[in-house]
Amino acid sequence: MSDTINFIIDGVEIQGREGQTILEAAEAAGIYIPRLCHLKGLTPHGSCRVCTVLVNGRPQASCTQPVAEGIVVESESERVQQIRRDIIDMLFVEGNHFCMFCEKSGNCELQAMAYRFGIPTPKFPYQFPKRGVDASHPDIFVDHNRCILCGRCVRASRDLDGKHVFDFVDRGPHKRVAVNAEARLADTNLDASDKATEVCPVGAILRKRVGYAVPVGKRLYDEKPIGSDIEAAKTK
Amino acid sequence: MAKPKVATTSLAGCFGCHMSLLDIDDRILKLVELVDFDKSPIDDIKEFSGRCAIGLIEGGCCNEENVRVLQDFRKHCDILISVGDCATMGGIPAMRNNIPLEECYAEAYLDGPTVHNPSKQIPNDPELPLLLNKVYPCHEVVKIDYHLPGCPPSADTLWEALVALLSDKPVALPYALIKYD
Amino acid sequence: MSASLQAAVQEICQACGNDRTRVMDIVREVQSRFGCVTGEAMDLIAKTVSAHRVEVEGVVSFYAFLSDQPKGEVVIRLCNDVIDEMAGSERIVRAFREALGIDFGQTTPDGRITLEHTPCIGMCDQAPAAMVNDVIVTRLSSDSVWAMVRELKAHMDPKRLVQKLGDGNNAHSLVHAMVENNIRRSGPVIFADLTPGDALKKAVAMSPQEVIRDIKTSRLRGRGGAGFPTGIKWDYTRSAEGAKRYVLCNADEGEPGTFKDRVILTEKAELLFEGMAIAGYAVGAETGILYLRAEYAYLRAFLEDVLNRQRSRGLLGKDVGGKRGFDFDIRIQMGAGAYICGEETALISSCEGLRGDPKNRPPFPAQKGYLGCPTTVNNVETFCCVARILDKGPGWFAQLGSQGSSGTKLLSISGDCKSPGVYEVPFGVKLREVLKMAGAEEALAVQVGGPSGQMVGEKDYDRSICYDDLATGGSVMVFGPQRNLLHVVSKFLEFFVEESCGYCTPCRVGNVLLKERVDRILAGQGEEADLAYLQDLGQTVKMASRCGLGQTSANPVLSTLKNFRSMYESLLRKPIDGKQLSFDIHQALADAQTVVGRQSVHF
Ligand SMILES: Cc1cc2nc3c(=O)[nH]c(=O)nc-3n(C[C@H](O)[C@H](O)[C@H](O)COP(=O)(O)O)c2cc1C
Ligand code: SF4
Ligand code: SF4
Ligand code: SF4
Ligand code: FES
Repeated sequence: MSDTINFIIDGVEIQGREGQTILEAAEAAGIYIPRLCHLKGLTPHGSCRVCTVLVNGRPQASCTQPVAEGIVVESESERVQQIRRDIIDMLFVEGNHFCMFCEKSGNCELQAMAYRFGIPTPKFPYQFPKRGVDASHPDIFVDHNRCILCGRCVRASRDLDGKHVFDFVDRGPHKRVAVNAEARLADTNLDASDKATEVCPVGAILRKRVGYAVPVGKRLYDEKPIGSDIEAAKTK
Repeated sequence: MAKPKVATTSLAGCFGCHMSLLDIDDRILKLVELVDFDKSPIDDIKEFSGRCAIGLIEGGCCNEENVRVLQDFRKHCDILISVGDCATMGGIPAMRNNIPLEECYAEAYLDGPTVHNPSKQIPNDPELPLLLNKVYPCHEVVKIDYHLPGCPPSADTLWEALVALLSDKPVALPYALIKYD
Repeated sequence: MSASLQAAVQEICQACGNDRTRVMDIVREVQSRFGCVTGEAMDLIAKTVSAHRVEVEGVVSFYAFLSDQPKGEVVIRLCNDVIDEMAGSERIVRAFREALGIDFGQTTPDGRITLEHTPCIGMCDQAPAAMVNDVIVTRLSSDSVWAMVRELKAHMDPKRLVQKLGDGNNAHSLVHAMVENNIRRSGPVIFADLTPGDALKKAVAMSPQEVIRDIKTSRLRGRGGAGFPTGIKWDYTRSAEGAKRYVLCNADEGEPGTFKDRVILTEKAELLFEGMAIAGYAVGAETGILYLRAEYAYLRAFLEDVLNRQRSRGLLGKDVGGKRGFDFDIRIQMGAGAYICGEETALISSCEGLRGDPKNRPPFPAQKGYLGCPTTVNNVETFCCVARILDKGPGWFAQLGSQGSSGTKLLSISGDCKSPGVYEVPFGVKLREVLKMAGAEEALAVQVGGPSGQMVGEKDYDRSICYDDLATGGSVMVFGPQRNLLHVVSKFLEFFVEESCGYCTPCRVGNVLLKERVDRILAGQGEEADLAYLQDLGQTVKMASRCGLGQTSANPVLSTLKNFRSMYESLLRKPIDGKQLSFDIHQALADAQTVVGRQSVHF
């Protein structure tokens, strides 16, 4: 096939296709590159930087970087893993993550990422920011304490639901997700069936009245690390 | 040879982590063979009798007494372990951390829905430790050697960590034992 | 209010063709007429230009000069840059507080005057300085502050604050500013004379490809900081697919300590616009945009006038330079207070009426830039070089400067030196010579390239200013022996924290953490391990950040750890009994002692 692109990840030769990102091509080959803001079906965002790899020695976000012939990608090396650990730690201390009572616990991608990296506790000091909760909507609530600003809700509402219920406001450390109304989610046209309500990687956008349904031990990441499904595809 | 000594305490915690330690079931007999307990609520010894090999800290620091006890543990223990989410990140008590302390006191002693306090005075008996401006994870107050997250950490987690340390191995928890809930 | 707001918003949007991509102009105008862009105004704007309210809110909340809360009729923005601080801005801070009876971030009770801080406004050579609405006031003293406040309270007319006019075009009636150029050294490229039209006519006599070839031959590299070869950038832009192409001039000049573009805009605007027209010809563009930082709004009317003059000379508009079929014109896009908009893809976002977030690359602007079309973004000084190259020839230019860095460079020198100002020097000049020119032989440290550059000391003074050694977009900040460099580092980090767009994790969070640890060391609560912590964290921020801001924001830390390590070490302490030095029990108990009304019995 003429549009095959050959490149190397951590010493393994991989075939990708024109137009694929490094992350996608790796995934197709059964190699999991950690990711948080990226979600299949949404335009790549490139904001969390957990998917950072070195491409010919230069750091790049693998969720936005296209494959190219002959590139040498470093993903699981100690220095790349160190960057990823630091970023996960940053996301924990930036918000207020009380996993012990969070409805998302066990199914949360941020938490699962910390588990995968074997992080007992973040090495940075907790910021304990003051953030709010919006429970105005009858079916959905937003807990900003847990938001990691991944933009999945923004993209899903805009591109999949055709609505634009969410977007970012403010900047720098004050950046946050806001709703398309004066203040309340209830005043937007968000519907409980919207895709935007399903994509949050953490417990920041949740459905009401369905929490804690799955018992501890049976949740998504209780037994197997995040990414295991992708890695399992390889061993087959 | 004398057995290594272990001390434990509960700071701003709920004793859930200590319960979890008791949850190791019959392995507790093995543990008693391996170690002696020094200062600990388990044996109700109030003061250190000497140096300890391992100190287990449940809870973070929410008041001045917690700080004093924690510093005392650091002084007496070779290895100090933060046990549970309250010790490692402040836990539920740290939910007050973005509320000004004055409001916390007012809610607790003056305006809370269940408060009956006609004198409108905040109790200030010296026996009552002063609150810190926020709840601190233990490692922000003293050096901590290991962190065992969980609310509480499972009995297996505690057991694995203790056994590793008592056999001079580094604590390396398997995937199933690092949990934040 | 509501009806008049509605009418005004509709009129403003109409004037911008109800064009969603002109939201920056729209919100700026609403802000200037109503003192803020309220939620109601956002709703109206969104409806009129077919956007969503939250998008408009995203824009308004992004830029420092826009606000959803009412501000005073007059807004005073005092520069809080480190150079201003060294020039005594603390006294100025006190004088403003006392004279106005309010603190920074507040508005006088009568709602007339708002007092704020703002990062570097490009006046470091005449610090301390402030903006009063669009008017610049420089060389402030406590006395002048009191006099200013009296004058403002009496007439509420910032223009009346300008009593003594600056040199050159600063005294032009359309500028009318007390700003000084402080051109200390002229060179053959930027500050030499040029007869308008000469360069452009030579360009249009050639084919666009030949112009690009000449720029390549001259070995011109971008003057904005990154140093990308201009000819190659233009080549990419020209050969990329697209219905239209654009030429964008980056006049956002936000790097603290840089003010050379301000002087070019004041004195050499013709040269700049001619350079842009040449670029337009070379890449095949009909439209150029000058992105002017909001701090330089006082130059806008003047620049519009220069544009008109260029049009009447036939150097903009239809058949430019007499070349049949070459149409090119320039419009000015105002910024609204965001350093990140100097980053070229953020600049494009801003021109498109969006938040000033940088974009993901690829695609690069040369492939898909402004409105998705091939776009070249160049610095003000770069365009001036272009015009000169076309006039004098690429060979002439290439023999100036050093091997890898042809031509001259404008340096903005400020801080502890006798003659702060703008210097045109040939590339390759030794830093030591530069310091001598500026009367800064005593320097303890020099920050080359602004906060995102390097802090170097004596042992590096024999290195040269050029792309391959000490690179700089123009900023050279001098710190004398009396300065606390770690404090300077902390100020730089504060700048990056405030100016990060917040899009990506390492920059948004990492800079806050870096600053926290530097401040900890400054407070005498640091220990040996903190140096490794800073090094590792700095490295992560540098490697993982998405754009140039985060990729360089750790530089002040990393370069001082390398070049001034002993300065850190002298502040470190040894922990006692395993206690964390950073935990201060007295501070932790202070609130409780106040509330309960007694002292601790334990501590
Ligand atoms: C945070 C940041 C701020 C920048 N600010 C400016 C600026 O104010 N002016 C400028 O010309 N370039 C600035 N740049 C560089 C631009 O991204 C871009 O490289 C430059 O405008 C290209 O022009 P040149 O090739 O002529 O230098 C900045 C870059 C970053 C990352
Ligand atoms: S969102 Fe995830 S990391 Fe945050 S508290 Fe919930 S489970 Fe924990
Ligand atoms: S609410 Fe959830 S999906 Fe939206 S940005 Fe925050 S973390 Fe991402
Ligand atoms: S590095 Fe900083 S400024 Fe650049 S995209 Fe990331 S957050 Fe924004
Ligand atoms: S997954 Fe690539 S940046 Fe988030």
